[in-house]
Amino acid sequence: MATRVGIEVSIAIADAVKLANPDVVAAYPITPQTHIVEHLAELVANGELDAEYIPVESEHSAMSACLGSAAAGARTFTATASQGLALMNEVVYVAAPMRLPIIMAVANRALSAPLSIWCDHSDMMSVRDTGWIQIIAENGQQCVDNIICAFRIGEDKRVLLPVMVHLDGFNLTHVIEPIEFPEQSEVDKFLPPYKFPLPLNPDNPVAMGDFAPPVIFTETKWAQEKNIQASKKVVSEVWDKYNKAFGRQYYPVEKHHSDGAKVVLMTMGAVGETASVAIDEMVADGQDVGQIRLRLWRPFPLEELREAVKDAEVLIVLDRAISYGGPCGPVASEVKAAFYDQPKRPKIVSFVGGLGGRDITVAGFRDIVKQGTEIARTGSKNEYEIYGVRE
Amino acid sequence: MEKYAVYVPRLIKKRENFAPGHRACIGCGEALAVRLAFKALDNNVIVANATGCIEIIASQLPFTTWHLPWIHTLFENPAAVASGIEAGYKAMKRKGMAVPENTKVVAIGGDGATSDIGLQAISGALERGHDFTYICFDNEAYMNTGIQRSSATPFGAATTTSPAGKQSFGQFTWKKNMPEIAAAHNIPYVATATHGYPFDLMAKVRKAVDTPGPAYVHILSVCPTGWRSATDTVNRQSRLAVQTGVFPLYEVENGVYKMSIDLPRLRPVKDYLKIQGRFRHLSDDLIQQIQDRVELEYQKILEKANNVTKRAKVKGKTGAAKASAR
Repeated sequence: MATRVGIEVSIAIADAVKLANPDVVAAYPITPQTHIVEHLAELVANGELDAEYIPVESEHSAMSACLGSAAAGARTFTATASQGLALMNEVVYVAAPMRLPIIMAVANRALSAPLSIWCDHSDMMSVRDTGWIQIIAENGQQCVDNIICAFRIGEDKRVLLPVMVHLDGFNLTHVIEPIEFPEQSEVDKFLPPYKFPLPLNPDNPVAMGDFAPPVIFTETKWAQEKNIQASKKVVSEVWDKYNKAFGRQYYPVEKHHSDGAKVVLMTMGAVGETASVAIDEMVADGQDVGQIRLRLWRPFPLEELREAVKDAEVLIVLDRAISYGGPCGPVASEVKAAFYDQPKRPKIVSFVGGLGGRDITVAGFRDIVKQGTEIARTGSKNEYEIYGVRE
Repeated sequence: MEKYAVYVPRLIKKRENFAPGHRACIGCGEALAVRLAFKALDNNVIVANATGCIEIIASQLPFTTWHLPWIHTLFENPAAVASGIEAGYKAMKRKGMAVPENTKVVAIGGDGATSDIGLQAISGALERGHDFTYICFDNEAYMNTGIQRSSATPFGAATTTSPAGKQSFGQFTWKKNMPEIAAAHNIPYVATATHGYPFDLMAKVRKAVDTPGPAYVHILSVCPTGWRSATDTVNRQSRLAVQTGVFPLYEVENGVYKMSIDLPRLRPVKDYLKIQGRFRHLSDDLIQQIQDRVELEYQKILEKANNVTKRAKVKGKTGAAKASAR
């Protein structure tokens, strides 16, 4: 039977990683990811997790060591945030085209400058085009479940891609929540032992990472794109299987009172739960509102998104990052693109908020929905609004 | 060493781990050095390669020159990639997964990848004590991108980013001493080698790979394209680098320094400089500065080495032609 315990989410993630039984963990400490890797080091030190823990000298080397270990055929995990993700960016790009299913937890945090250790999604947006599968968790339970799912998704022979599980820094990493842990035996049943098809092995030498001249480069990129597009089916399949095994279901776009709602608010990450409270209140007040939360950022769930808001007249998108000099919030920008050629589409309103750890309260979300509805009706002088900014 | 020259080749395996058919420039000393280094090893080796000449000449989808499992990812990270491979194998073996026994990991990179952009990753991997060997194939500039200076480019050499001109004599800094930096990590084995002394090179690479823990081998690799020198003299240049004291051959085994060749006296550095176009602009004054510096550095190594007899006094300016340069 699964056990339910009150536990800090970072510790819970490390425990979930332990359940997945990785062979190598290579990590460099950065706030707010530290508790995850500290606990993993502790598990290794106590002999509770049989893995090599590589205390690398930078995030660049963390991801590089992960490339090496995954290429050798070892199950590999790392975690980072913000500047760490930015420093390893070059290496992050390499993992997907080389088909190395590294699993990484990203404790979302703002990027400098000015320095901020608190949460927003600028780091997550910066790796949008790296070819990784990106899953976003909203609470501790979702972190634990999706870490376990990430291994199964990434290692599926039809996928073989690296997977990031995003969780909001501090808002999730440093809070204590009641979390249900599956038994080791159940996880072993759900997650088969890892066997990388073509590892670096002297018995069967392979060359990995050749350079590609123009005559073949496009084809390698086409193959990579086909691969991640096709992975969407497997992601849903794994979530379905997880539900069968553990009784919790995940969808690429999660709906909350959104079916048939005229005004829909779209969120990503931990603020989604606060927003849900606001939506519940507004529904109780008799307002025709609903909410959707994006669970899967890459591959982008186009069809699921269109289906989820097919009856909506207004779609308010909250971004926790700015695309400087761009048209609107980065998620809103993609959402607009998703609806541009649709015969029926909602009016899409872009809000940016919650930057560098700024809280958005329940009242704040009610205000965002109110303002967004008004903007949709009357139009706005701005392409997007930065919520709560003191101009 | 010369007396073994006829016999020793018979002991060497016919097998090539770095096969012919690559796209190196004519007379490439680095390709020769890589071939020798991996010929010294069996086929139980995984290679992590930095971006650079060797990576580019030996790989192009869908071909490879390597008969060993080989991975290239980025410029500055082969030491970190090697760390991951080594750790992965260690964990998988311990956990009873099917992996070949006695697998060795070798990371390779050029002088730019080693002494500039990848220095941090190398330092980290050496410090953490991974059981692997790092080999730097040092051709003294960024040759793959078109002969730009690195911190391993010698004083006075003209490169495309340290050109000689009215206000400049070329590279104005002294070559970064990577072997000593590696040795400062107190790792069990550090060595210098060059392809002009092939058996010495092979023996050192073999020893490095057989040594448990981290090992570092620094191999001077003549680049006739970048050094503006004749393609049929690469081995001669390589030997002259040793015989003039410009590139001393030595080992540091568990902290103990040992000279590899007992040179009764050093040839003048001019013999080495004059056959390379990259030094052709140097004045006698600058050559003397180089001479003095080479003697000083050579003396430092000699003092550290415990096997050199007192009779081997360093005298750079005399006895030039007598030392053998075959």
